[in-house]
Amino acid sequence: MTASPSTGTCTQSAEILQAKCRVLEHLERAPGIRRLALDAPRIVSQAEPGQFVHVLCTPSGYDPLLRRPFSIHYADRDTGKMVLVYEVRGRGTKALAERRPGEVIDVLGPLGRGFGIPETDDGRPFLLIGGGIGVVPLYFTARTLEARFGADRVTFITGARTASLILCQPEFEKHCRDYHVCTDDGSAGFHGFVTGRMCQCLDAGEMCAPPIIYACGPTPMLKAVSKLAKERNLDCQVSVEAKMACGVGACLSCVIKVRDGDSFKYVRSCHEGPVFDAGEVIWE
Amino acid sequence: MASRLSTTIAGIELKNPVMVASGTFGYGKEYQGLVDLNRLGGIVTKGTSLEPWLGNAPDRIAETPSGMLNAIGLQNDGIDSLLADKLPWLRQFDTAVIINVVGKTVEEYAEVARRLNDVEGIAGLEINVSCPNVKHGGIAFGTDCELLGTVISAVREATTLPLIPKLSPNVTDIVRMAKVCVDCGADALSLINTLLGTSIDPETRRFRLANITGGLSGPAIKPVALRMVWQVAQAVDVPVIGMGGIMTADDALEFLLAGATAIQVGTANFVNPSATMEIIDGLEAYLDRHGVGHISEIVGTVR
Repeated sequence: MTASPSTGTCTQSAEILQAKCRVLEHLERAPGIRRLALDAPRIVSQAEPGQFVHVLCTPSGYDPLLRRPFSIHYADRDTGKMVLVYEVRGRGTKALAERRPGEVIDVLGPLGRGFGIPETDDGRPFLLIGGGIGVVPLYFTARTLEARFGADRVTFITGARTASLILCQPEFEKHCRDYHVCTDDGSAGFHGFVTGRMCQCLDAGEMCAPPIIYACGPTPMLKAVSKLAKERNLDCQVSVEAKMACGVGACLSCVIKVRDGDSFKYVRSCHEGPVFDAGEVIWE
Repeated sequence: MASRLSTTIAGIELKNPVMVASGTFGYGKEYQGLVDLNRLGGIVTKGTSLEPWLGNAPDRIAETPSGMLNAIGLQNDGIDSLLADKLPWLRQFDTAVIINVVGKTVEEYAEVARRLNDVEGIAGLEINVSCPNVKHGGIAFGTDCELLGTVISAVREATTLPLIPKLSPNVTDIVRMAKVCVDCGADALSLINTLLGTSIDPETRRFRLANITGGLSGPAIKPVALRMVWQVAQAVDVPVIGMGGIMTADDALEFLLAGATAIQVGTANFVNPSATMEIIDGLEAYLDRHGVGHISEIVGTVR
């Protein structure tokens, strides 16, 4: 079996905007998980699945100083609404969690290269793998795949430590043909890692053809998914995460290690990424 | 109106005193669309070396109270890429382009300066002397009087372009370092570069930067920078470009009042890409509010 030629990640947006976006809704979805809906028509009109926005979480003051990057959960071209789903984890997200509907938030975006979604249909199905909060950008991806190729072609596997940490289940179930849960502790669905469930999917003929894989989640998961994709000669794209300052490619903070001939180089996850071809990345 | 903000540094004419600091703005293209490059007084490019530099392993940054530490390791594509791609693109803009020069040896600094000497579209060279000297156990050129003098003299011989050393604040007496540079032929001085620091994560008991130490920037360092600019501006006869934590027009004004002829905006570009534009507008508004005819009238006028 030979893999089809790589689809490549999507290109960066022609124009990056610094927009003042009004908060439409801001609700707790699960303990420590919030859903923020922003009125962002100009960003939404350009956004592609897998891209991110860089958000000034503090309305004023210098602590925390830097913006925080968030994957776009969904961009609704009809209404101009952009949805972010995030985990309240550090000082930036705690400050963001305080912002109320009607307030205005400074947002840079859309940024980076998202998932490369085929322009033309070669019949392959799509296998989306999301670990923990990593499911966030895959919703926009699933919706885009559904609109272009039909939900029948989209399979989603999500993993988390335990059942209560499985996120956005109803949304994914609505827009994917198959939706599979994996938990490390066996409290829901498949007892084990997403790669275990992936092997079942691939071996049991659940996919109509060798799929294109899109993955986002913790680094150990991405590493394992990449390894499996390589063993099975499958086209696989991964969305990575790194500490970031500017978000636009200037500061060279957010680099990851990728292959460069026989050697390696550092490339910007904000500009060349955050989505990379799995074969390019050198996992540490 | 714009002429009220015009200024001159070492023969380089700037439409206003607001420049972007090296390493915070790439080669300009990264901020295209977010910033009107034609409105900037000047662009100081990412530090550029003779050969491409790989940079440090990640993590390369750590956020600190009102600041950030960085240890990028001066990753850059080298002078050939600057000359072939980056500079030709920058030439379309009506702004002063200053190339920041880095090196691991005195010879490397001089060679980069020599190769840039007759290139069209370069207004001047800013010399980053905070690089480690590989022949002297990695000590930064800018923290040793003798090494600093050697590197500035070598670059001076290699170029007729305006020469602007960027001083390291990690020294006992910055005025002494400033005088060494002027004695060796500097036409102006940029200060300050970042302050050396580190950060530890108590949970993991590890340093937050892979490089262990990094350079502190942002509002946290502004009082230190302002003090140094004030001291140096009084002690030397060449113009001083002030930087260190400038986020707003009021911050910029503090540096001008302390004696800086121009200023650079660095970390603020990451937080608010519009910072430079807002600072230019704020300087205009200040002149109106205080009935000042020209920005040069306020330089060094702190009472």
